[in-house]
Amino acid sequence: MNGMVQTLVRPTRRALLAAAAAVALFASGPAHAADPIKIGFSMALSGGLAANGKAALLAMQMWQEKVNAAGGLLGRQVQLVHYDDQSNPNTVPGIYTKLIDVDKVDLLVSPYGTNLMAPAMPIVMQKGFTYMGLFGVGVNDQFNYDRYFQIMPMGPKSAETIPDAFFAVAKTLNPAPKSVAIVGADAEFGKVNADSARKIAKAMGLKIVYDRSYPPSTVDFAPIVRAVQASQPDLVFLASYPTDTVGITRSIHEIGLKTRLIGGGPVGLQFAAIKTQLGPLINNMLGYELYVPAPTVKFPGIEEFVAAYQAKAVGQGVDPLGLYVPPFIYAAMEVMGQAVTKTGSLDQKALAKTLHDNTFSTVVGDVKFAPNGEWEKPRVLMVQYRNITGNGLDQFRKPDPYVILYPPQFKTGDVKEPFQSK
Amino acid sequence: MKSPVFFLVWIVVAAIVFAFGLYLKNDYFFFAGYTVLQYVVLATGWNILGGYTGYVNFGSAAFFAMGAYASVVMHKVAPLPVPLLIIIGGIVSGLVGLGMGYLTLRLRGAFFAIATLALAVVLQTLIVNWDFVGGSRGAYIIRPNTLDIAGLQIPYIEYLFALMLILAVCALTVARIVERSRLGFGFATIRDDEVAAEACGVPTLRLKLMATTLSGALMGMAGAPFPYYIGYLQPSSAFGLEYAVNSIAMPMIGGTTSWVGPLIGAIVLGTLQQVATVTISSAVNLLIVGLLLTGFVIIAPNGILGLIHKFRGQSDADKVGRRVIRETP
Amino acid sequence: MGVTTDLFINAIIAGILLGGFYAAVTIGISISFGILDIVNIAHPAFVILGSYIAYLLNVSLGIDPILASVVALPAFFALGMAVYQLYYSSFEKFGQEALRGLAFFFGLLFITEVVLILAFGVDYRYVHTPYIDTTLHFGFVDIPLRMLVPCVVALLLVVGLIIYLGRTFTGRAIMAVAQDQHALKFVSADPIKIKRIAFGISIATASIAGALLIVIQPVEPSVGREYIGRVFAICVLGGMQSLPGTLIGAMLLGIMESLTATFYGPSWAPAVAFGFLLLTLAFRPQGLFGR
Repeated sequence: MNGMVQTLVRPTRRALLAAAAAVALFASGPAHAADPIKIGFSMALSGGLAANGKAALLAMQMWQEKVNAAGGLLGRQVQLVHYDDQSNPNTVPGIYTKLIDVDKVDLLVSPYGTNLMAPAMPIVMQKGFTYMGLFGVGVNDQFNYDRYFQIMPMGPKSAETIPDAFFAVAKTLNPAPKSVAIVGADAEFGKVNADSARKIAKAMGLKIVYDRSYPPSTVDFAPIVRAVQASQPDLVFLASYPTDTVGITRSIHEIGLKTRLIGGGPVGLQFAAIKTQLGPLINNMLGYELYVPAPTVKFPGIEEFVAAYQAKAVGQGVDPLGLYVPPFIYAAMEVMGQAVTKTGSLDQKALAKTLHDNTFSTVVGDVKFAPNGEWEKPRVLMVQYRNITGNGLDQFRKPDPYVILYPPQFKTGDVKEPFQSK
Repeated sequence: MKSPVFFLVWIVVAAIVFAFGLYLKNDYFFFAGYTVLQYVVLATGWNILGGYTGYVNFGSAAFFAMGAYASVVMHKVAPLPVPLLIIIGGIVSGLVGLGMGYLTLRLRGAFFAIATLALAVVLQTLIVNWDFVGGSRGAYIIRPNTLDIAGLQIPYIEYLFALMLILAVCALTVARIVERSRLGFGFATIRDDEVAAEACGVPTLRLKLMATTLSGALMGMAGAPFPYYIGYLQPSSAFGLEYAVNSIAMPMIGGTTSWVGPLIGAIVLGTLQQVATVTISSAVNLLIVGLLLTGFVIIAPNGILGLIHKFRGQSDADKVGRRVIRETP
Repeated sequence: MGVTTDLFINAIIAGILLGGFYAAVTIGISISFGILDIVNIAHPAFVILGSYIAYLLNVSLGIDPILASVVALPAFFALGMAVYQLYYSSFEKFGQEALRGLAFFFGLLFITEVVLILAFGVDYRYVHTPYIDTTLHFGFVDIPLRMLVPCVVALLLVVGLIIYLGRTFTGRAIMAVAQDQHALKFVSADPIKIKRIAFGISIATASIAGALLIVIQPVEPSVGREYIGRVFAICVLGGMQSLPGTLIGAMLLGIMESLTATFYGPSWAPAVAFGFLLLTLAFRPQGLFGR
């Protein structure tokens, strides 16, 4: 064994070679003006968030193609430097230091989702980068970083937006509802939204008759739905993840849950796979959406974008509808691009100032950021699903299944109650 | 080589590694290196129970997470310097290990492995439901950019990296001491034949408890600085499957019978995973780990160490053979 | 009072239905781990593979997913035999199965998962059958066919296997392998061949379990990991080699999860179930129904 230790310690030629290889791995050359502008990020291309991550990447590549075809930014082409974070937060710190120190990227975009965005924050802050966040809730509440921006239209109090919208609809019910059941998944999104829902419900004077979270590994939701039923709530607020949303929705119908209004924050209903699987079962449920093809929601370029995305999504194993993630990711890139052009340089501080001071027009409408980097005003749509027949995909491309109840400027109809399970 | 000498030699090696990092002037080296070193400690800790006594622990992630969450608790109650947190994390996870040892005294083989798996699930559920440490919502641990030591501004990641380096050297030294002491021989008798060992008067129960405690403590120590590294700790990332997998796979690839095995395994597999993350960067990454693990256990059943022994062993056997011939009158 | 009894009875029924499905996922482990002493932690990955095969046949040919899984049985059986052959010639032959076998199956788990990701992408997949949307109502008891059909199929599977192992020559030989591998040679049966068949059967059950899973919920490649803990827990609770024990253990776990979810809040369900397993192991290591 001693011999082995000595071999390990003695700097042999092999060890020197290895060291040289290591230097090569960690080193990189200086950047030249004619080099492309590098935009770095990690994205979930495998693991639990990969469905969203892949759709996001596709939207980013569509933006890159368009920008480069139009001559790039500041006269330079745009290059995307990205790595797969495997939906695993533990890989993120390493990837972001690599992007900054080795790949020497010029601009940073975040990974997809709160869990993956947060671990990069300390590094991004230390290096002073402007950070464009993709679909995170309340990440900057803890860090208070003035170069943080986030594209999901949740508004400055991002944790409260979805419950707010749900209870705003509940307030329009006549007679006024008296009780609420809160069901949330035991993970970040579920917990954050359930906490906010509890606060808002208390402020409204609602009686909270059921308030439980369930572990993400739950297979059968019948016991939960039954316990909810036993508490006879007027409202049921859900904050669930995709598989759970399916399980809960099925159980609701199997058990015959009777309540006046149900939904709020079920993640999953935004995606084609879950929409088509559940089909008519989601009729009269409330879900949040970020964009639906309704007559009141018209932004310049959005329909063309969605059509182009849907054409590209075929055969890629990503969400074929692309109403939820892709337009906003594309918009995030548009905002970055416009900010660079307006600033005229890649200086991170100046870039952050431009982002704070201006309004950007994108495929998802005009974007203006609040001081904490979230949208100045929330723009989450609380939608009641209606008129869904069968499990076909094409009906979801049309305005018919979506009745927007909130916010008022996009409203397309009034809430229908009670919630009728089959 | 005596243990203090061994320790000093490795401290020198560690210093060289650290100096190399400083020379590169590159944070990526420290971030990626931290992860690999963390696996060195984790794999070494696992191997004390798994390799030396032959008890397979599926619940490494739980010990790692208990160390991490001990730090989160301290961060909220009374923030302490990270070296103290490492000790606290070690104590907490050591106690969990002791408790696990008591609970599983009568279990052997796969039953023990499954009990550790169950323990991990129970502990994770407790953490998920414990709002003080953030519960399922997760806990933000905001680290300063730099640390002030005697007027010197040291970047925090270099500080964490240096701590993990020292911890790795300590873990290796402990593993080597255990391996060569009566304790280690006792562990080996348990691994080879527990019933026979017990019949010969080896205090197997006590030894087993010592192994579970020591192993747990080391894995907890590996986890204690983690909240400061990641910045945002969630039960699902602290109890991540990769800790359970890697802490088993690394000693297995390196070789389980000696302290060198986990070290080699952690460096090889850990580095490979880091490199694959930033080069191949797709689902294929996981495939490579899977193929490597499967391929390795098939082709090199005793790990890299076994390959080296086999390679060297033939010549050693020749020598022994010659010596025997020469010594035979 | 009435509400509580109603909830209680429904929780028990839901638990039994869920337990039936758990039994289908576990039965393969009871054969490989319980009887053959092969720690196949990749079993849940094979179950997910089964889900995808059922999905593929359902989408392309329109056949019922459970029927599809029966069609796929021979393929899974062959796959199982091949895996065992590799396992045997690499580890078991040298008596090194414990640790390295484990690492081997860990690797297989990853390989299967990634191959599924590469082949199908990461989106959720699901199937359509007429019975998924149907629910039977008996007074205050509701029985969704989505849960009942998997439970019944699982029961048939378990009973079928019990009969097979108890009544046929090969079946008895498989049980004998568990007791004493060498004794088999006296009845001129090749223990390796017997084990190969047994492992083939164990993987074949994954085909059916996978179809049941995709009937119950949408599936993506990494869902399988969530079952690793559960299946081993059930297998141990049931006393390892005992197939009826597996069934009872599965139902017990299902009922425990269901009762906890109904009365104490679902977030404690895993702790209760696995705490129970831990205590069982500590005080009755042979399992509840072991000898």
